[in-house]
Amino acid sequence: MPPWNPRTEEMPLGELRRLQFKLLKSLVYRLYSFNEFYRLRMKEHQVHPDDIRMLEDAAKLPFMYKGDLRDGYPDRIFSAEQNELVRYHVSSGTTGKPTVVGYTERDIENWSESLARGFSSCGLGRGDVMQVSYGYGLFTGGLGAHYGAERVGATVLPTSVGNTERQIELMQDLHVTAIACTPSYLLHIGEVAEKMGVSIKNDTDLRMGFLGAEPWSEQMRTRIEDWLGIRAYDIYGTSELSGPMFTECTEQQGIHIWGDLALVEIVDPATGEVLAPGEQGELTITMLQKEALPMVRYRIGDLTAVEEGGCACGRTHPRIGRIRGRVDDMLIIRGINVFPSQVEHALLEIPQVGRHFQIVVDRKGALDSMLVRVEVSEEAFSDKITELMVIKRAVEHRLRSSLNVSVDVELVEPGTLPRFEGKSKKVVDRRSL
Amino acid sequence: MEKSYIVKQISIFSENRPGRLAAIAGALRDAGINIFAFSIAEADGFGVVRALVDQPDEAHRTLTDLGFRVSFTDVIGVKMRDEPGGLSDIASILGDAGINIEYAYAYSGRDGAVLILRVDQVEDAIRQILGRGGELLKASLSG
Repeated sequence: MPPWNPRTEEMPLGELRRLQFKLLKSLVYRLYSFNEFYRLRMKEHQVHPDDIRMLEDAAKLPFMYKGDLRDGYPDRIFSAEQNELVRYHVSSGTTGKPTVVGYTERDIENWSESLARGFSSCGLGRGDVMQVSYGYGLFTGGLGAHYGAERVGATVLPTSVGNTERQIELMQDLHVTAIACTPSYLLHIGEVAEKMGVSIKNDTDLRMGFLGAEPWSEQMRTRIEDWLGIRAYDIYGTSELSGPMFTECTEQQGIHIWGDLALVEIVDPATGEVLAPGEQGELTITMLQKEALPMVRYRIGDLTAVEEGGCACGRTHPRIGRIRGRVDDMLIIRGINVFPSQVEHALLEIPQVGRHFQIVVDRKGALDSMLVRVEVSEEAFSDKITELMVIKRAVEHRLRSSLNVSVDVELVEPGTLPRFEGKSKKVVDRRSL
Repeated sequence: MEKSYIVKQISIFSENRPGRLAAIAGALRDAGINIFAFSIAEADGFGVVRALVDQPDEAHRTLTDLGFRVSFTDVIGVKMRDEPGGLSDIASILGDAGINIEYAYAYSGRDGAVLILRVDQVEDAIRQILGRGGELLKASLSG
């Protein structure tokens, strides 16, 4: 598919790297001069903007972590004043404290530009109808995909999540050709459609999907493409980068990371050492043009590898492979990030249950389900079933409100839950991707 | 006076899966504890096993040591005639006296039938039942 922005997307690699160096250098100077958080962080690491003499010198800069955004809540590490911001998005944090991302007009512009390049590399454009079934609101998915699709001239149908039967009716009535949602939600749509007597393959105009916000696999792609009769493309991003930001092209050979917007490094999760192209490690991104909330060497926590050779489609920018997992114990449930530590934290506030727990994640039909097993405390154990049910519901309610995901709670006998630290026993993930 | 009719029932939290009752019953057997009556109340994924035993304190200790969640609950046992109308007689007494039953279960043994009741006002219930000619089980079941 022809590039949206040919001059940039097909820029020779050497020229792209010179551009990245120029952008990095000016970013670092700007942050060192005007942002106290970055200046102090750089001084701690005894690095000065003058030390950045070539692109590889990025490795001298200190890393940033999710914790930096949490500690800076809500906007203490922003590089723009409130009156320069045009939007906020908020994501849930690991211990109940959320992180806030701010956007200037230019940040929204670059976010839309990035997705416009991605969407058009898959053939989305004028004449298409794109159903955006990511959540709209504080979550970045809905609005992000919305702006990108509008940018390429597609007609957006902002259905958000839920009311699946209505989504399927609209998909038929308005001749939807593309959808953006989580892969599990698309499978759910397929199942609900069949129950309604609708074949997505034969009875709709759907021809492509931009699927992300949760891990999925090549097997899942094959299943979705064969069953629904569409091309399924991987889309990647996190709120810290802006939101969903990068996609595959029709070659389906990795996600194009636009080098003029983002500098990709893959580092050894243990040592922080930069790894060579092709080696699996932790994805680390520097957002070269972000104004409100610049991210420098941000350790995202996703494991993947970078590919630097140009793509068969003609685009020259680096690509990343499928996300192979996480360096931490983060779970993604229906597109929402969940850390076991959040569950732990919430349970501490409920005296009726013990502090031990086990999370069981499964996929019922196409949707993720999360079960949390807890023990009733000795003091709270009642002979009456009704009182035990009240405890169970109170825990479900508490977990739901702190995780933003509905949770089933199972009361179990004391001593049956894993007592030892470690993800392997605290989390049982039965989903097969 | 009323206190001597309050029977200590043991209640045990149990997951709703195969083998859990066997584990509880086996533990009581190994400790030489006899079960007079028991019932199981079940909910979503779990249940409560309620039992009258000859040595409630020993049963509580044994099961707690094995890691079970156990509590005592005060119940009363009302003797019934083991013939048609037996339950009706007792139920009428309770109903007329305005005593609400939270839960109940019954057994029928050598010495007639017994209705085991969990009520909110135990001592009041005992007074009412005795006052209307009802007969209650003594607390010392082993005696």
